[in-house]
Amino acid sequence: MGDGSVEHSHGHHMDPAVEYSSSKLGMWLFLGTEILLFGGLFAAYAIFRAKYPEMFFEQHVELNKKMGAVNTCILIFSSLTMAMGVSAMQRGKQKVTAILILITILCGLGFGVVKYFEYSAKFHHHIYPDTSIFFSLYFLMTGLHMLHVFIGLAILAVLFVLTLKGKFTAKYNTPVEVGGLYWHLVDLIWIYLFPLLYLIG
Amino acid sequence: MSTHSHAEEHHITSNKTYIVVWAALMVMTAITVYVSYINFGTFNIVIALVVASIKASIVALYFMHLKFEDSITWVFALFPLSLLALLIGMTITDTFTRTIVP
Repeated sequence: MGDGSVEHSHGHHMDPAVEYSSSKLGMWLFLGTEILLFGGLFAAYAIFRAKYPEMFFEQHVELNKKMGAVNTCILIFSSLTMAMGVSAMQRGKQKVTAILILITILCGLGFGVVKYFEYSAKFHHHIYPDTSIFFSLYFLMTGLHMLHVFIGLAILAVLFVLTLKGKFTAKYNTPVEVGGLYWHLVDLIWIYLFPLLYLIG
Repeated sequence: MSTHSHAEEHHITSNKTYIVVWAALMVMTAITVYVSYINFGTFNIVIALVVASIKASIVALYFMHLKFEDSITWVFALFPLSLLALLIGMTITDTFTRTIVP
Protein backbone atom coordinates (compact mmCIF):
# COMPACT_ATOMS: atom_id res chain seq x y z
CA MET A 1 0.00 0.00 0.00
CA GLY A 2 1.01 3.63 -0.37
CA ASP A 3 3.28 3.42 -3.40
CA GLY A 4 2.13 5.81 -6.10
CA SER A 5 -0.82 6.92 -4.04
CA VAL A 6 -1.28 10.69 -4.13
CA GLU A 7 -2.80 10.80 -0.68
CA HIS A 8 0.34 9.73 1.08
CA SER A 9 2.72 12.15 -0.56
CA HIS A 10 1.92 15.12 1.66
CA GLY A 11 2.35 15.45 5.37
CA HIS A 12 1.65 11.86 6.37
CA HIS A 13 4.38 10.30 8.38
CA MET A 14 2.75 7.02 9.26
CA ASP A 15 3.04 3.64 7.70
CA PRO A 16 0.00 3.48 5.36
CA ALA A 17 -1.08 0.13 6.79
CA VAL A 18 -0.96 1.52 10.34
CA GLU A 19 -2.75 4.65 9.20
CA TYR A 20 -5.48 2.55 7.63
CA SER A 21 -6.13 0.42 10.69
CA SER A 22 -5.92 3.39 13.08
CA SER A 23 -8.46 5.35 11.05
CA LYS A 24 -10.84 2.44 11.14
CA LEU A 25 -10.32 1.79 14.84
CA GLY A 26 -10.80 5.50 15.52
CA MET A 27 -14.12 5.41 13.69
CA TRP A 28 -15.28 2.36 15.65
CA LEU A 29 -14.39 4.17 18.88
CA PHE A 30 -16.37 7.20 17.73
CA LEU A 31 -19.32 4.99 16.81
CA GLY A 32 -19.17 3.63 20.38
CA THR A 33 -19.64 7.16 21.74
CA GLU A 34 -22.52 7.66 19.30
CA ILE A 35 -24.25 4.54 20.58
CA LEU A 36 -23.90 5.84 24.14
CA LEU A 37 -25.23 9.25 23.08
CA PHE A 38 -28.39 7.58 21.80
CA GLY A 39 -28.15 5.21 24.77
CA GLY A 40 -29.15 8.00 27.14
CA LEU A 41 -32.35 8.48 25.16
CA PHE A 42 -32.97 4.73 24.98
CA ALA A 43 -32.64 4.62 28.79
CA ALA A 44 -35.17 7.45 29.11
CA TYR A 45 -37.46 5.61 26.70
CA ALA A 46 -37.18 2.39 28.73
CA ILE A 47 -38.05 4.12 32.00
CA PHE A 48 -41.02 6.12 30.74
CA ARG A 49 -42.36 3.26 28.72
CA ALA A 50 -42.24 1.01 31.78
CA LYS A 51 -43.91 3.71 33.88
CA TYR A 52 -46.64 4.70 31.42
CA PRO A 53 -47.27 1.74 29.12
CA GLU A 54 -50.88 2.77 28.31
CA MET A 55 -49.83 6.29 27.31
CA PHE A 56 -47.10 4.95 25.03
CA PHE A 57 -49.52 2.52 23.46
CA GLU A 58 -52.29 5.08 22.88
CA GLN A 59 -49.98 7.68 21.43
CA HIS A 60 -47.76 5.53 19.24
CA VAL A 61 -50.86 4.84 17.13
CA GLU A 62 -50.62 8.46 15.94
CA LEU A 63 -47.38 7.62 14.13
CA ASN A 64 -47.60 6.58 10.51
CA LYS A 65 -46.41 2.95 10.42
CA LYS A 66 -46.32 2.92 6.62
CA MET A 67 -44.09 5.96 6.37
CA GLY A 68 -41.83 4.53 9.05
CA ALA A 69 -41.62 1.23 7.16
CA VAL A 70 -40.89 3.02 3.87
CA ASN A 71 -38.07 4.93 5.55
CA THR A 72 -36.71 1.71 7.03
CA CYS A 73 -36.58 0.18 3.54
CA ILE A 74 -34.92 3.31 2.14
CA LEU A 75 -32.21 3.27 4.82
CA ILE A 76 -31.53 -0.46 4.51
CA PHE A 77 -31.23 -0.06 0.74
CA SER A 78 -28.87 2.89 1.18
CA SER A 79 -26.72 0.74 3.47
CA LEU A 80 -26.57 -1.87 0.71
CA THR A 81 -25.48 0.65 -1.93
CA MET A 82 -22.90 2.11 0.49
CA ALA A 83 -21.43 -1.31 1.28
CA MET A 84 -21.30 -2.14 -2.43
CA GLY A 85 -19.69 1.23 -3.10
CA VAL A 86 -16.91 0.49 -0.61
CA SER A 87 -16.11 -2.88 -2.14
CA ALA A 88 -16.28 -1.42 -5.67
CA MET A 89 -13.62 1.08 -4.61
CA GLN A 90 -11.53 -1.71 -3.12
CA ARG A 91 -11.65 -3.26 -6.58
CA GLY A 92 -10.56 0.08 -8.04
CA LYS A 93 -13.85 0.83 -9.82
CA GLN A 94 -14.08 4.58 -9.33
CA LYS A 95 -17.06 5.17 -11.58
CA VAL A 96 -19.15 2.41 -10.00
CA THR A 97 -18.29 3.73 -6.54
CA ALA A 98 -19.32 7.27 -7.51
CA ILE A 99 -22.68 6.01 -8.83
CA LEU A 100 -23.30 3.90 -5.73
CA ILE A 101 -22.43 6.80 -3.39
CA LEU A 102 -24.78 9.02 -5.41
CA ILE A 103 -27.60 6.47 -4.99
CA THR A 104 -26.85 6.37 -1.26
CA ILE A 105 -27.10 10.18 -1.12
CA LEU A 106 -30.42 10.13 -2.99
CA CYS A 107 -31.76 7.54 -0.51
CA GLY A 108 -30.67 9.73 2.40
CA LEU A 109 -32.46 12.70 0.84
CA GLY A 110 -35.53 10.51 0.27
CA PHE A 111 -35.47 9.59 3.94
CA GLY A 112 -35.40 13.28 4.82
CA VAL A 113 -38.36 14.03 2.53
CA VAL A 114 -40.49 11.28 4.12
CA LYS A 115 -39.51 12.52 7.59
CA TYR A 116 -40.47 16.06 6.56
CA PHE A 117 -43.95 14.87 5.61
CA GLU A 118 -44.23 12.95 8.87
CA TYR A 119 -43.23 15.92 11.00
CA SER A 120 -45.59 18.25 9.06
CA ALA A 121 -48.45 15.81 9.58
CA LYS A 122 -47.74 15.79 13.32
CA PHE A 123 -47.63 19.60 13.51
CA HIS A 124 -50.80 19.77 11.44
CA HIS A 125 -52.51 17.63 14.11
CA HIS A 126 -51.07 19.93 16.77
CA ILE A 127 -48.66 17.32 18.02
CA TYR A 128 -45.45 18.89 19.26
CA PRO A 129 -42.50 17.78 21.40
CA ASP A 130 -44.28 19.19 24.48
CA THR A 131 -47.47 17.22 23.79
CA SER A 132 -46.40 14.29 25.96
CA ILE A 133 -43.37 12.36 27.14
CA PHE A 134 -43.90 9.94 24.27
CA PHE A 135 -43.80 12.66 21.64
CA SER A 136 -40.98 14.42 23.43
CA LEU A 137 -38.95 11.22 23.06
CA TYR A 138 -40.21 10.69 19.51
CA PHE A 139 -39.11 14.12 18.31
CA LEU A 140 -35.84 14.01 20.24
CA MET A 141 -34.81 10.53 19.10
CA THR A 142 -35.86 10.89 15.46
CA GLY A 143 -34.55 14.48 15.43
CA LEU A 144 -31.13 13.47 16.70
CA HIS A 145 -31.17 10.63 14.18
CA MET A 146 -32.12 13.05 11.41
CA LEU A 147 -29.16 15.23 12.39
CA HIS A 148 -26.96 12.18 11.89
CA VAL A 149 -28.52 11.58 8.47
CA PHE A 150 -27.61 15.16 7.50
CA ILE A 151 -24.04 14.77 8.78
CA GLY A 152 -23.81 11.45 6.93
CA LEU A 153 -25.08 13.13 3.75
CA ALA A 154 -22.41 15.83 4.06
CA ILE A 155 -19.72 13.14 4.44
CA LEU A 156 -21.13 11.24 1.45
CA ALA A 157 -21.19 14.41 -0.67
CA VAL A 158 -17.50 14.98 0.06
CA LEU A 159 -16.70 11.34 -0.71
CA PHE A 160 -18.68 11.59 -3.96
CA VAL A 161 -16.71 14.63 -5.14
CA LEU A 162 -13.36 13.12 -4.11
CA THR A 163 -14.22 9.85 -5.85
CA LEU A 164 -15.07 11.75 -9.05
CA LYS A 165 -11.75 13.58 -8.76
CA GLY A 166 -10.04 10.21 -8.67
CA LYS A 167 -8.64 10.63 -5.17
CA PHE A 168 -9.36 7.02 -4.22
CA THR A 169 -7.92 3.86 -5.68
CA ALA A 170 -7.94 0.15 -4.97
CA LYS A 171 -4.89 0.81 -2.78
CA TYR A 172 -6.07 3.90 -0.99
CA ASN A 173 -9.75 4.15 -0.03
CA THR A 174 -9.76 4.55 3.76
CA PRO A 175 -12.09 7.61 3.77
CA VAL A 176 -14.70 5.74 1.71
CA GLU A 177 -14.63 2.77 4.06
CA VAL A 178 -14.64 4.87 7.26
CA GLY A 179 -17.36 7.20 5.90
CA GLY A 180 -19.34 4.07 5.03
CA LEU A 181 -19.07 2.89 8.65
CA TYR A 182 -20.68 6.15 9.78
CA TRP A 183 -23.52 5.76 7.30
CA HIS A 184 -24.17 2.19 8.47
CA LEU A 185 -24.44 3.43 12.06
CA VAL A 186 -27.25 5.75 10.98
CA ASP A 187 -29.03 2.67 9.61
CA LEU A 188 -28.24 0.69 12.76
CA ILE A 189 -29.81 3.29 15.08
CA TRP A 190 -32.92 3.46 12.90
CA ILE A 191 -33.25 -0.33 13.06
CA TYR A 192 -34.02 0.16 16.78
CA LEU A 193 -35.95 3.44 16.54
CA PHE A 194 -38.47 2.12 14.03
CA PRO A 195 -39.89 -0.78 16.08
CA LEU A 196 -39.58 1.03 19.43
CA LEU A 197 -41.49 4.14 18.30
CA TYR A 198 -43.72 3.07 15.43
CA LEU A 199 -44.47 -0.58 16.09
CA ILE A 200 -44.69 -1.23 19.81
CA GLY A 201 -44.95 2.26 21.29
CA MET B 1 -8.55 -10.10 -5.70
CA SER B 2 -5.10 -11.19 -6.81
CA THR B 3 -4.12 -7.59 -7.49
CA HIS B 4 -4.56 -6.83 -3.77
CA SER B 5 -2.34 -9.57 -2.50
CA HIS B 6 -0.07 -7.00 -0.87
CA ALA B 7 -2.96 -5.64 1.16
CA GLU B 8 -3.43 -8.98 2.82
CA GLU B 9 -5.88 -7.82 5.53
CA HIS B 10 -8.33 -6.54 2.93
CA HIS B 11 -11.26 -8.87 2.51
CA ILE B 12 -13.58 -7.71 -0.25
CA THR B 13 -17.16 -8.85 0.18
CA SER B 14 -18.92 -9.92 -3.02
CA ASN B 15 -22.03 -8.10 -4.20
CA LYS B 16 -23.88 -11.41 -4.03
CA THR B 17 -23.25 -11.64 -0.28
CA TYR B 18 -24.42 -8.06 0.18
CA ILE B 19 -27.62 -8.69 -1.74
CA VAL B 20 -28.36 -11.81 0.33
CA VAL B 21 -27.78 -9.77 3.51
CA TRP B 22 -30.06 -7.00 2.20
CA ALA B 23 -32.79 -9.53 1.37
CA ALA B 24 -32.53 -11.00 4.88
CA LEU B 25 -32.87 -7.51 6.37
CA MET B 26 -35.96 -6.82 4.25
CA VAL B 27 -37.59 -10.11 5.25
CA MET B 28 -36.98 -9.35 8.93
CA THR B 29 -38.39 -5.83 8.52
CA ALA B 30 -41.52 -7.35 6.96
CA ILE B 31 -41.77 -9.79 9.87
CA THR B 32 -41.61 -7.06 12.56
CA VAL B 33 -44.16 -4.91 10.75
CA TYR B 34 -46.48 -7.92 10.31
CA VAL B 35 -46.12 -9.05 13.93
CA SER B 36 -46.94 -5.53 15.16
CA TYR B 37 -50.51 -5.98 13.89
CA ILE B 38 -51.01 -9.01 16.13
CA ASN B 39 -51.37 -8.56 19.87
CA PHE B 40 -49.07 -10.82 21.86
CA GLY B 41 -49.04 -8.51 24.88
CA THR B 42 -45.59 -7.85 26.27
CA PHE B 43 -44.24 -10.54 23.95
CA ASN B 44 -44.50 -7.99 21.11
CA ILE B 45 -41.64 -6.01 22.67
CA VAL B 46 -39.50 -9.14 22.95
CA ILE B 47 -40.07 -10.08 19.29
CA ALA B 48 -39.40 -6.52 18.10
CA LEU B 49 -36.16 -6.22 20.08
CA VAL B 50 -34.88 -9.68 19.15
CA VAL B 51 -35.52 -9.09 15.43
CA ALA B 52 -33.98 -5.59 15.64
CA SER B 53 -30.90 -7.04 17.34
CA ILE B 54 -30.50 -9.75 14.69
CA LYS B 55 -30.79 -7.06 12.01
CA ALA B 56 -28.27 -4.84 13.77
CA SER B 57 -25.85 -7.75 14.13
CA ILE B 58 -26.09 -8.58 10.42
CA VAL B 59 -25.49 -4.93 9.49
CA ALA B 60 -22.43 -4.79 11.78
CA LEU B 61 -21.03 -8.17 10.70
CA TYR B 62 -21.44 -7.80 6.93
CA PHE B 63 -22.15 -4.19 5.89
CA MET B 64 -19.73 -2.85 8.51
CA HIS B 65 -17.34 -5.68 7.83
CA LEU B 66 -16.93 -6.58 11.52
CA LYS B 67 -16.83 -10.28 10.65
CA PHE B 68 -13.47 -9.74 8.97
CA GLU B 69 -11.92 -7.37 11.50
CA ASP B 70 -9.29 -8.20 14.10
CA SER B 71 -10.04 -8.79 17.77
CA ILE B 72 -9.21 -5.24 18.90
CA THR B 73 -11.94 -3.88 16.60
CA TRP B 74 -14.36 -6.37 18.16
CA VAL B 75 -13.44 -5.04 21.61
CA PHE B 76 -14.03 -1.46 20.43
CA ALA B 77 -17.36 -2.47 18.90
CA LEU B 78 -18.67 -4.55 21.79
CA PHE B 79 -17.39 -2.69 24.86
CA PRO B 80 -19.80 0.26 24.36
CA LEU B 81 -22.64 -2.24 24.32
CA SER B 82 -21.75 -3.43 27.82
CA LEU B 83 -21.66 0.21 28.94
CA LEU B 84 -25.06 0.68 27.32
CA ALA B 85 -26.40 -2.36 29.19
CA LEU B 86 -24.98 -0.93 32.42
CA LEU B 87 -26.53 2.49 31.73
CA ILE B 88 -30.00 1.15 30.97
CA GLY B 89 -29.84 -1.62 33.59
CA MET B 90 -28.77 0.65 36.43
CA THR B 91 -31.26 3.43 35.64
CA ILE B 92 -34.13 0.96 35.39
CA THR B 93 -33.12 -0.79 38.61
CA ASP B 94 -32.86 2.53 40.40
CA THR B 95 -36.19 3.83 39.12
CA PHE B 96 -38.15 0.74 40.02
CA THR B 97 -36.66 -0.03 43.42
CA ARG B 98 -37.22 3.40 44.94
CA THR B 99 -39.71 3.38 47.78
CA ILE B 100 -39.55 7.13 48.35
CA VAL B 101 -40.74 9.31 45.51
CA PRO B 102 -38.06 11.98 44.88
